[in-house]
Amino acid sequence: MPTDFLLSAIVLTPGVVGLLLLATPREAVRLQRWVSLLASVATLVFAAVAWSRIDPANASFQFVEARTWLPSLGIGYRLGMDGISLVLVLLTALLQPIVFISSWRSIHDKVKGYVVAMLLLETGVLGAFLATDMFLFYVFWELMLVPMYFIIGVWGGERRIYAAVKFVLFTLAGSLLMLVAIIYLSFVFHSQTGTWSFAYEDMLRASVPMGQGFWHSPQMLLFAAFALAFAIKVPIFPLHTWLPDAHTEAPTGGSIILAGVLLKLGTYGLLRFNRPLFPEAWQRATPLFLTLAVIGIVYGALVAWAQKDMKKLVAYSSVTHMGFIVLGLFAGTLTSTQGALLQMVNHGLSTGALFLLVGVVYDRRHTRMIEDFGGLAAVMPLYTGAFLIATLSSIGLPGLNGFVGEFLILTGAFPRHPAVVAVAATGVVLGAVYMLSLVRRVFWNPLAIEANRSLPDLTWREVLAFAPLAFFMVWIGVHPGTFLSLSEAAVRRLIGG
Amino acid sequence: MLDLLWLVPALPLAGALALLAGALRFGKRTTTAIGVGSAGLTLAAVAAILVQYAGMHGETVARHVFNWISAGDVTVDFALRLDPLSAVMLSFVTLVGFVIHVYSIGYMHTEGDRAYARFFAYLNLFMFAMLTLVLGANLVVMFIGWEGVGLCSYLLIGFYFDKEYCAAAGIKAFVVNRIGDFGFLLAIFWAFKVFGTVDFAGMATALAADPGRYAAAVTPIALLLFVGAIGKSAQLPLYVWLPDAMAGPTPVSALIHAATMVTAGVYMVVRCNFIYRLSPTAMLVVAAVGGVTAIFAATIGLAQNDIKKVLAYSTVSQLGYMFLAAGAGAFAGGIFHVFTHAFFKACLFLGAGSVIHACSGEQDMRRMGGLAKKIPVTYWTFMVATLALCGIPPFAGFFSKDEILGRVFAAGAGNLNGFGASYLVLWALGLAAAFLTAFYMFRAVYMTFHGEFRGTPEQWHHVHESPGTMTWPLKILAAGSALVGLLGVGTAITFGTDLNWFESFLHRVAPTVEVEHAPALATEWVLILLSVAVALAGILLARRFYSGAEAFAAPQRMAERAPAVYAAVANKYYVDEAYDRAVVRPLGKLARFSWKGIDTIAIDGTLNASAFFTEIAGDLLRFLQTGNVRNYALFVLCGALAAAAWLLL
Repeated sequence: MPTDFLLSAIVLTPGVVGLLLLATPREAVRLQRWVSLLASVATLVFAAVAWSRIDPANASFQFVEARTWLPSLGIGYRLGMDGISLVLVLLTALLQPIVFISSWRSIHDKVKGYVVAMLLLETGVLGAFLATDMFLFYVFWELMLVPMYFIIGVWGGERRIYAAVKFVLFTLAGSLLMLVAIIYLSFVFHSQTGTWSFAYEDMLRASVPMGQGFWHSPQMLLFAAFALAFAIKVPIFPLHTWLPDAHTEAPTGGSIILAGVLLKLGTYGLLRFNRPLFPEAWQRATPLFLTLAVIGIVYGALVAWAQKDMKKLVAYSSVTHMGFIVLGLFAGTLTSTQGALLQMVNHGLSTGALFLLVGVVYDRRHTRMIEDFGGLAAVMPLYTGAFLIATLSSIGLPGLNGFVGEFLILTGAFPRHPAVVAVAATGVVLGAVYMLSLVRRVFWNPLAIEANRSLPDLTWREVLAFAPLAFFMVWIGVHPGTFLSLSEAAVRRLIGG
Repeated sequence: MLDLLWLVPALPLAGALALLAGALRFGKRTTTAIGVGSAGLTLAAVAAILVQYAGMHGETVARHVFNWISAGDVTVDFALRLDPLSAVMLSFVTLVGFVIHVYSIGYMHTEGDRAYARFFAYLNLFMFAMLTLVLGANLVVMFIGWEGVGLCSYLLIGFYFDKEYCAAAGIKAFVVNRIGDFGFLLAIFWAFKVFGTVDFAGMATALAADPGRYAAAVTPIALLLFVGAIGKSAQLPLYVWLPDAMAGPTPVSALIHAATMVTAGVYMVVRCNFIYRLSPTAMLVVAAVGGVTAIFAATIGLAQNDIKKVLAYSTVSQLGYMFLAAGAGAFAGGIFHVFTHAFFKACLFLGAGSVIHACSGEQDMRRMGGLAKKIPVTYWTFMVATLALCGIPPFAGFFSKDEILGRVFAAGAGNLNGFGASYLVLWALGLAAAFLTAFYMFRAVYMTFHGEFRGTPEQWHHVHESPGTMTWPLKILAAGSALVGLLGVGTAITFGTDLNWFESFLHRVAPTVEVEHAPALATEWVLILLSVAVALAGILLARRFYSGAEAFAAPQRMAERAPAVYAAVANKYYVDEAYDRAVVRPLGKLARFSWKGIDTIAIDGTLNASAFFTEIAGDLLRFLQTGNVRNYALFVLCGALAAAAWLLL
């Protein structure tokens, strides 16, 4: 298979199929489900091809595609993949079929709109990970917003409109500033070279003046504009309050994608753009971001512990986990950054799995309140086992994936920032507190509520959706080298180590 | 055979995975075959390995299994290490482990098929984790086992998950252990920073080559590691999970919460003795925490009425002895007590299980009594183990406890690290704890096996000796309790002839820290006689208080005379309540405040308020947009006038 159009195939397959599905009649639900699933599986296959063909020792972009788009401004359709984007593309491509499988039955209203929105969303995400043109990146970045708005607003829970609007406003607030920054960056490049370009590789060569203070420093301002957009996406404390609402109101599939990959775009952006484009500003902002990361770790865990809604608890756990990733990025060593990248994947797997599993009992009982459960282990042993595995992955039990990521982040950060690591490590204790108390209240204790006595255990379809996640949790826990080795050269290049 | 070292953890892991996969389908026969079979195979593999290892003069065998983690300059190999220390641990973990697997066949036979399979799956998984912990060649592989045994402990304490107190005890154990692990993790990070490796051999080599270079890091690393040990081995102030852990099935209490897992902290300290011995401060802290815990837990043991709770506090107390030994530089002595304790405490717990089994689930000793007649095998084996625990010669505990007290006294008299007075105080605490130990153990023996039965006639009618799968393990462990002490006979006992095989075997990896002026032989004999006399005094006092016509009268009077003291001891000094008030509830309040106060009011409140004002402003400004040209002209005029005024004035 030639690789000339490989990246386009990865990015465009879901979106094109989604647009074609628009032409199908509304009642053709079976067709829409199957075709959307097959499209996402095809995308996964293309991503796997990229995995088998990529040269991990080569730090630069591979399978490069470059077509002119708006030549007068130097904007191009430029795609490229390095080890970092490969890992995140694999995660995205893995999660999407799982989303379709998990919503096979639970989404029965307006199926066409749902699968089309999901497929367009996938194109947006994959495009953002693979775009090597700043303008194209921005297009994909905004493209994600629309389908997600509808997924939350149409198929969401009771407060879906509030959550959807909040999600859009937060994201827009950040991304508009980023657009300004992208244009300014291109101006800087033009003033230094005399040519117009939005190509990422060109921007790397532009040196933005550092200047004094904040308001008089172009580099600090651009850094801040990019960082704000990404920090909202991650989300970094205190910009996180859109997340629990969006997650809780979104349908299960929406939550999986939101937590699994959309949040990663924030940390990906920090790593891909902020770090190499604005190195001095990055240095100066490091104390601030380390502090916010640590606050997020402890604060997110505490708030998660106080939740009464299972889904909200898992949502707040994301604040904690993403705090670890931000910590790893800003600690800045090769080890901690590699750990952060791996932890992006880990969080996608474990939190994706947790949302998937919360969805399982929501489908059966139409409630997510913890107090409505208790003692489920007696009636749903398979489900209990699956939830335990996801929990242990989430709280970083050695042998599963979460441990490796956290371990590398903290080990890599410790020599430079021991105090930060010491505070962050309390997150390891708090993680056990909120997750195990969730397990205790949902699965253990007497089976007191009548409605829970006859709950059926996992169906084969639910097992099918969960199994790949568990498989990769173990794989990364036992042999993380498979994935760490993919990204080491690319990360080394980005952080200049 | 040594190349097959990886089989030792792999066999029980395979058993666990098979059982987990089939837990919903397997009948008891299949489960027994897989669960007990894999434990038996593991024992056989270890026996074969140790036979070969016996001829190798204690050299260290390291086996690299696979590259586990590698990123930047951090590399962690999954590597195993067999040396005299891990060999000793392997021997009793697999032997006691296997025996307890067999015992569980009988003890758990009334459970349903699924619960039975789940039980053996967890038990096998525990064996895997414990053996990984023991064999790990670096701190991180050890940490896999360390967290793994914690997980199994959590799952098995909460085995009867539909009981609220079991679920609560399980999570308490895991969380308190994680507090310890917090220290362990920081120690790992610190070690990576200064040594560039966490491999035991690598760190030891680096330290031996240039101790001065690492002088500043040694004490913090040692103390942080010890925080981990405190959690896992239930020492002050993190011991609170272990008594609650008795909510698990009794074989679990015997295996995990007495013989093996809880000794992991001691093992870790001894494993890292090359770090500890360079830090007098850390040594003293280890000894002090151990010594104080030994007497503290022993006093609580005096007033417990649940037979398993007595044994649990006894375990906390005995673990204190082991740390006391390590902190006094008697690393081999500490491990020797780990070794003997594994036999007699496992025997005591399994005996208690047999008693509970006989009394139809009763655990309160106030409703027992006179059981010796009906369950003689349980009685005699329990008695042997009790004598061993009390330190009565020639039973196993005598030799190990005597070794510890002798070494601590020597550290005091020889002014080890300049802390001589402290070590003498700790020795006195240890001696006092020995008295209390003898007292509470014989109190338990008299309350359970002697006198008249105090339960219902129906219960008495049902009292029966346990089946062979349960009594044979008791006999084997009782034999161990009686005999294994002979492996480490102190030199004083043999009047200077060195027959202490145990210590010389461990000498290569965990040499004892010698003090300059060892006590004279006569002094050592006085110490030996003193500790035996103290134990006998405890036994006699228990006999006066809890047997014969006047049984229970004296303690009753004492409790009435000082009700506050009695209540404090019986309620475990209200430590759990204090933690609840000082830590758990404030944290809960902080969590709710963070959510309601910060997230909902401060952050979202500000955002919603600004959205609200935007909306109001929009509503107001809307009135300006009338679409009437004359109005706009008026605004333009007003604006022009205002601008002119501003320019002129």
